[in-house]
Amino acid sequence: MAQTYIGAPIRREEDRRFLTGQGQFVDDVKLPNMLHAAILRSPHPHARILSIDATAALEMDGVAGVITFQDIKDTVVPRPIPIRMRTYVGIERFLQYPLAEDKVRYVGEPVALVVAETRYLAEDALDGVEVSYDPLPPVVNVWQSMQEDSLLFEEHGTNLAYEFASSIGDVDQAFREADYTHKEEFRCHRHTANPLETRGLVASYASGRQELTVWGETKVPHFNRGVLASLLQMPEHRIHFIEPDVGGGFGVRGEFYPENFLVPFAAIKLGRPVKWIEDRLEHLISANHSREHVCELEVAAKKDGTILGMRTKIYGALGGYVRTHGASVPVSTAAMLTGPYLIPNYEWDVKCLLTNKVGMGTFSAPGRYESCFFRERMLDMMAEDLKIDPTQLRLKNLIPPTAMPYELGRTRPEDYSLTYDSGDYPAVLKKALEVIDYENLKLTGGQYKDGRFHGVGVASFVKSTGTGTPYEGARVVVTGPDQVAVYLGISTLGQGHETVMAQICADGLGVPMEYVAVYHGDTDLMPFGGGTFASRGTTLAGNAVYGAAQRLREKILRISAGYLDVDPNDVEFAQGHVYRKTPSSGEPELDLNQVLELAGPASKYNQGEMGLESTHYFHSSQECYPCGAHAVHLAVDPETGQIEILKYAIAEDVGHVINPLLLTGQVVGAAAQGVGATILEELVYDDEGQPLAGSFMDYLLPTSLDIPAFDVAILDLAPSPINPLGVKGAGEIGIVATGAALSNAVSNALGVQVTELPLSPNKIKELLGRKTQA
Amino acid sequence: MKPAKFEYFAPTSLAEALELLHEHGDDAKVLAGGQSLMPMINMRLARPKVVADINRIPDLDYISPTPDGGLAIGALTRQRSVEKSTDVKARIPVLAAAMPSIGHFQIRNRGTVGGSISHADPSAELPALCFALDGEFVLSSASNQRVLKPVDFFISHLTTALEPGELLTEIRLPARALAPSEEWRWGFQEVCRRQGDFAMVGAVSLLKLDGGGICQSACITMFGVAGTPVRIRRAEEALLGSRVNGSVLQDVSRIVSEELDPDSDIHASSAYRKEIGGVIARRTLEAAIDRRNGDETA
Repeated sequence: MAQTYIGAPIRREEDRRFLTGQGQFVDDVKLPNMLHAAILRSPHPHARILSIDATAALEMDGVAGVITFQDIKDTVVPRPIPIRMRTYVGIERFLQYPLAEDKVRYVGEPVALVVAETRYLAEDALDGVEVSYDPLPPVVNVWQSMQEDSLLFEEHGTNLAYEFASSIGDVDQAFREADYTHKEEFRCHRHTANPLETRGLVASYASGRQELTVWGETKVPHFNRGVLASLLQMPEHRIHFIEPDVGGGFGVRGEFYPENFLVPFAAIKLGRPVKWIEDRLEHLISANHSREHVCELEVAAKKDGTILGMRTKIYGALGGYVRTHGASVPVSTAAMLTGPYLIPNYEWDVKCLLTNKVGMGTFSAPGRYESCFFRERMLDMMAEDLKIDPTQLRLKNLIPPTAMPYELGRTRPEDYSLTYDSGDYPAVLKKALEVIDYENLKLTGGQYKDGRFHGVGVASFVKSTGTGTPYEGARVVVTGPDQVAVYLGISTLGQGHETVMAQICADGLGVPMEYVAVYHGDTDLMPFGGGTFASRGTTLAGNAVYGAAQRLREKILRISAGYLDVDPNDVEFAQGHVYRKTPSSGEPELDLNQVLELAGPASKYNQGEMGLESTHYFHSSQECYPCGAHAVHLAVDPETGQIEILKYAIAEDVGHVINPLLLTGQVVGAAAQGVGATILEELVYDDEGQPLAGSFMDYLLPTSLDIPAFDVAILDLAPSPINPLGVKGAGEIGIVATGAALSNAVSNALGVQVTELPLSPNKIKELLGRKTQA
Repeated sequence: MKPAKFEYFAPTSLAEALELLHEHGDDAKVLAGGQSLMPMINMRLARPKVVADINRIPDLDYISPTPDGGLAIGALTRQRSVEKSTDVKARIPVLAAAMPSIGHFQIRNRGTVGGSISHADPSAELPALCFALDGEFVLSSASNQRVLKPVDFFISHLTTALEPGELLTEIRLPARALAPSEEWRWGFQEVCRRQGDFAMVGAVSLLKLDGGGICQSACITMFGVAGTPVRIRRAEEALLGSRVNGSVLQDVSRIVSEELDPDSDIHASSAYRKEIGGVIARRTLEAAIDRRNGDETA
């Protein structure tokens, strides 16, 4: 009678509707009398706005209205779009208003919203809004930003939005004692997630009831509802957010952007529903960018390879404004830079600098992809200098399982110490090496065969998951003889919550999984919700569902026992039926429908609690830390600089696994995204601050032809001790080590030192050119 | 990403189409497979007043063997048809071999031969192949028909000799230099960021060797390196009369690089294109030596 949905490779419940074209995405929302919005965006990276004249646009066919800063000023000032997480003192000076007031600070910044009968007419009318600009010198990189010849916010007298410098241990002592030190400058390139579905919103305002409904809010709808309520000065309970199906998010989609205010504002002002669907051209110059950092890194070690300490200076390019993630990406880059290694002495200085580019936000494994690249490259350089096999160097320095839980220290500005909850980091690395057959393969490193150099690269990582907002809630309700509804406060971006949460509920409650239907994506379902980020779905919401289901099972047992006149410990509930434990007849005493009746408001057995339902909030302010290792074998054509990945092994431990099929899919998907990001993708700007990757002709996403097969080994060596399910976050981990492993392999193949990404053929040829000259 | 307003016509005969183009001249754009025009008008990079959709014209989609052993290809022929054609494979194998490099099969299912040539992207494969094969383009208008060589047709980046009112109706690829009876060999290669992308650099080489391996004739065409495909005459001359071996190929590679003066873009610098141009020119020649024209097993 044991239930075993948890841990089973069950196919996604969602697949049927997605694969048969029955998904309902925001663009499928079509309301009567609906208007369409287009946004006039700044063509200048940095300019003063001298005047805006929308007269011509307003006279054009089908134009319902044009909204500029003057129209929203009385509503929003002094409340720019706030930071969602990790608010640090001083950084709030650089927030963005939904429309530019007197200055634009990046190409793509919204200057006016045009609303018309169709999107075609709205785009036509963009030409009818005349804006006069006085261009200012653009700031296009962190060095220019620090020179402060040109200031993005003159009134604040600096381009430095935030700085955090601190240390753990005694770094000076570590460097004094070191036999070996090495310093290097690394650069991680600007790129972003590009979910398949771009952003989009539909807003409708019922003026009689004074209620606003918005479709298309994802990721953090409860938070965003609070922001919108504040900006519109409207009670939160009059705002309803409905999340349709979502085609990916990866951190980027679903944050509160200017459009999240403008579209509802226009619907209220114009008295008609308004739709805005972001096109890809807009997405590339308006949705959050990520990853752009320069990192100066210095390591101190003994000659046997034991790392004594690290020092770093990190320069994060925040873009033209501080967005909802504040300084969290550069700060996270520094916070986890030492990764899974025993590095007790560590000093950092993180500068978050304004540049005339799109604002920085999180993209899967924010700061972790970057810091893993910086650190793991440094380890390979060290291994080469010290003539130690790079995997032996890692095994020597990885935190041993006996040191768990491992307190890293206070590496974030917040007053708490990061603590790795559990993990056998050496075993996970060894697994990756075994999968790729490293012992044999390492001999091919640097070998020239059939016109190509072969290289092997390895990288280890650990990633914090499962917090951000320290709770998540769920409500489980029995609604019929074979019907259980699960209501989530958390949203989904397409990962498979409906499947995983149903598995957890079925086992936690004791019903067949077919009974369970999962509902989410409506702010009226649950009063609170943290949102889908930080790989927190299963860790927080999963444990909330588990807790609610278990509590409901206990209630079922109490009511049944009362009716059967036995001790609750003498009954059990499984597969939707109540059984007597002793004496066990094997036949159920009650089915779920009977229990539901016993719990009904008119029943004398209901024990004062009407109905079969339970709400539970799972709280955790502690992060849980999955770990993993990537090992890759590739070949580089030294004449063209082209890379072919021959084998890619991934070993990961995320604690207990709810659904290995979905987990493997997430790992592979994230790794594919990382391979594309590392080899192909870059949001290139020219020296004048103009974005050059304005479409998918120039922003190169990988296709299936560019992605290798991944050999994935899922381990379950170290369940998290800090939650009942023993799970850790899994959604983002597959991407963390891609940049590191691939760049280590290329360096190994060619005898060069990769210090910047992406690994374009052009860049690889430059590295080879420098090697030849040297 | 919605187009500006345009008037749409779908003529059902060539005469009707040419009349329409005559009437609207510069204001009209021809819609064939739509693989370049549709993104351009959706992004409002092109704002034609009139779109003339020629897909309903029945007699522009054909691959016809010509008496001289070559092929005449209707401008509306889908790229996928060329890829699959046994006539193409038998008569002009380099064309058949190069077709899979054009985008992805979904693109080739829609994209037409005439569309790619008329669009004249300097990184595109078909213009370069026609250039290398010394083809001919038939340009029709309401009042006239003329035939141009690729060297006269391709003027610069996205610019051709097509006059307002003119439509490319047929592409002729002669067998003159390619009949299997002669000792012609070929190689085609391009370097892209991703499979299916426009080339950062591409090369088509045709080589005729005598029985003793001495080069009788050579044609090296590079694309993605200038406003139009370019032949590298100096490199061809270096091959003529010589036994094509490693050191000659190294010379040719160097000459090709020297002759190129490509622009930089976000995918590759000028220096990269210059250097890789030499590399892949050499590789196409190596492939040509290994593979005689008509040898399908090679």
